[in-house]
Amino acid sequence: MAASSAEAASPTARTGPNHGLRIFLIWLPIAVIADWLLYFVYGPHMPPGTMSTSAASQQFDIKVMSVLAAPVFAFVVVYAGYAFIVWRHREGDDTDGPPIYGHARIQATWITISAVIVLCLAAFGTYELGAFGQSSLAGAGAGEGPSPIWKPNGTPLQIQVIAQQWRFTYRYPQYGGFETTALYLPVGQPIQFNVTSIDVIHDFWAYQLGVKADANPGVNNIAYTTVEHTGTFEVRCDELCGLWHGAMFNQGNVVSVAAFQAWAHKTEIKLASVTKMLPAYATSYDPTTIAQLNKAMVKAGIAGANGYYYPPQDPVQP
Amino acid sequence: MALPARIVTLVVAFLAVAALAVFVVVHYFLFSPPTVTFGAGVTADTGATVHVVLQEDPQNTVSTHPDWVSYFIQDPTTHKWVHTTIFKVPAGSRIDVTIYGYDGCTPLRNPYFGKVTGTIGGVEYVNGKPYSQLDSWSACHVGHTFSIPGINLNVPMATPDLSATLCGVSPCTTASPHRTVTFSFNSPTATGTYFWQCRVPCGGGFIDGFGGPMQTIGFMTGNMEVVS
Repeated sequence: MAASSAEAASPTARTGPNHGLRIFLIWLPIAVIADWLLYFVYGPHMPPGTMSTSAASQQFDIKVMSVLAAPVFAFVVVYAGYAFIVWRHREGDDTDGPPIYGHARIQATWITISAVIVLCLAAFGTYELGAFGQSSLAGAGAGEGPSPIWKPNGTPLQIQVIAQQWRFTYRYPQYGGFETTALYLPVGQPIQFNVTSIDVIHDFWAYQLGVKADANPGVNNIAYTTVEHTGTFEVRCDELCGLWHGAMFNQGNVVSVAAFQAWAHKTEIKLASVTKMLPAYATSYDPTTIAQLNKAMVKAGIAGANGYYYPPQDPVQP
Repeated sequence: MALPARIVTLVVAFLAVAALAVFVVVHYFLFSPPTVTFGAGVTADTGATVHVVLQEDPQNTVSTHPDWVSYFIQDPTTHKWVHTTIFKVPAGSRIDVTIYGYDGCTPLRNPYFGKVTGTIGGVEYVNGKPYSQLDSWSACHVGHTFSIPGINLNVPMATPDLSATLCGVSPCTTASPHRTVTFSFNSPTATGTYFWQCRVPCGGGFIDGFGGPMQTIGFMTGNMEVVS
């Protein structure tokens, strides 16, 4: 029944103009021009920019995605426009269009093309994430968890990001473990962000660096990047974390290696007395366990042997 | 159901929904604690001195949440304590702050915030004695902080002795055990609203302590409105 209907419709289709060729000829220049504009004109200005290797990598990925998506979008628009114009309803024409009951060649074509695009993007995405052969792009700025699969060459500068309601603080373990609210990075050196939280879930998003990693209590989420240009960048919390989530941001600074070392040494000395108050550097912290306070409170008769200084009915862990 | 009954039911249901919507808007979106104005008549950006006085209590007995810790602000005109955390100061002025700390100790979640920042001279005075930091982990003598992140101001609040019986009725009076913390800072020249908060997890009964009063304006967080 379906075959006979399709056969009945096909002679009519053959006698008309070659719509497929027309649509293709309209679509092709539009797609080529759109791709050229997207890649070469708008592409260099696409977010997140090129301040770091990971940002540049992400910009390249977005450019590639745009170049792939633009022809598809153009085809949909061209096809719809063509249909509206050529196959529009005409005065006095009350006949139905030819029925269509499936077309194996078209179905096979779009399934094959879709599958190829998706598989190629999966391979491309995996390659870009790992940046095989370009180890400075390890992980492309994403949080890789406590045991990263992709690591950069050499010994990166360690910076611990501690998120708390509603501010980020930063520890520099290779400089005595001082902690500060200022974020300074050296240009051209691989950096390892160790991201954690001491209360609820936050997210460390250094936008212009293309670095983004969840900050979870009790977890060390590692992200790598190498900054290629000096300047400033914005850090924001990207996980709704309470009343002042919207105000949880700060500015980071990328300076020369010499300027960074001068700042780090100066800050290490300046904050030495504060560093003594801090817990020993660790990949994560449990602020409900404070050994020295426990001793002091037990000695003062304030707490029990477990040093439980929060009321018993309060949950102490998220 | 008869037509009149249907109409009445429909109208009543509509009015009930409308009343609920109005209640939600008024109660949750339009309600705001009062604003206390300091330095009325002071010309902004002249460096004039303005005195701001607050107290932090272990509870408050003036709200529907009597077990919540809370700040109070003293009205400079009437000298009465107002249950609010919103205050107004002139831009470009020297702000001298006095905070009476009546609440007991709780350790800071991050001891880094035991460091005094953003004050003139980088110090606070506890009962007249200068400190540049308070270690809340070596001994339990920090109750709260007064922190305005927008101007990098952070001042830990010292607590009464561990053995003291804390004030039980708010607003507390200086007859109750307390520490007097004073410090000064310069209000920004840029006008606007700067939020402030406490960094000690003092919202007892809430997960991690940062719920309830910690996230409710009028209790342990609020706004400093800087005006021209």
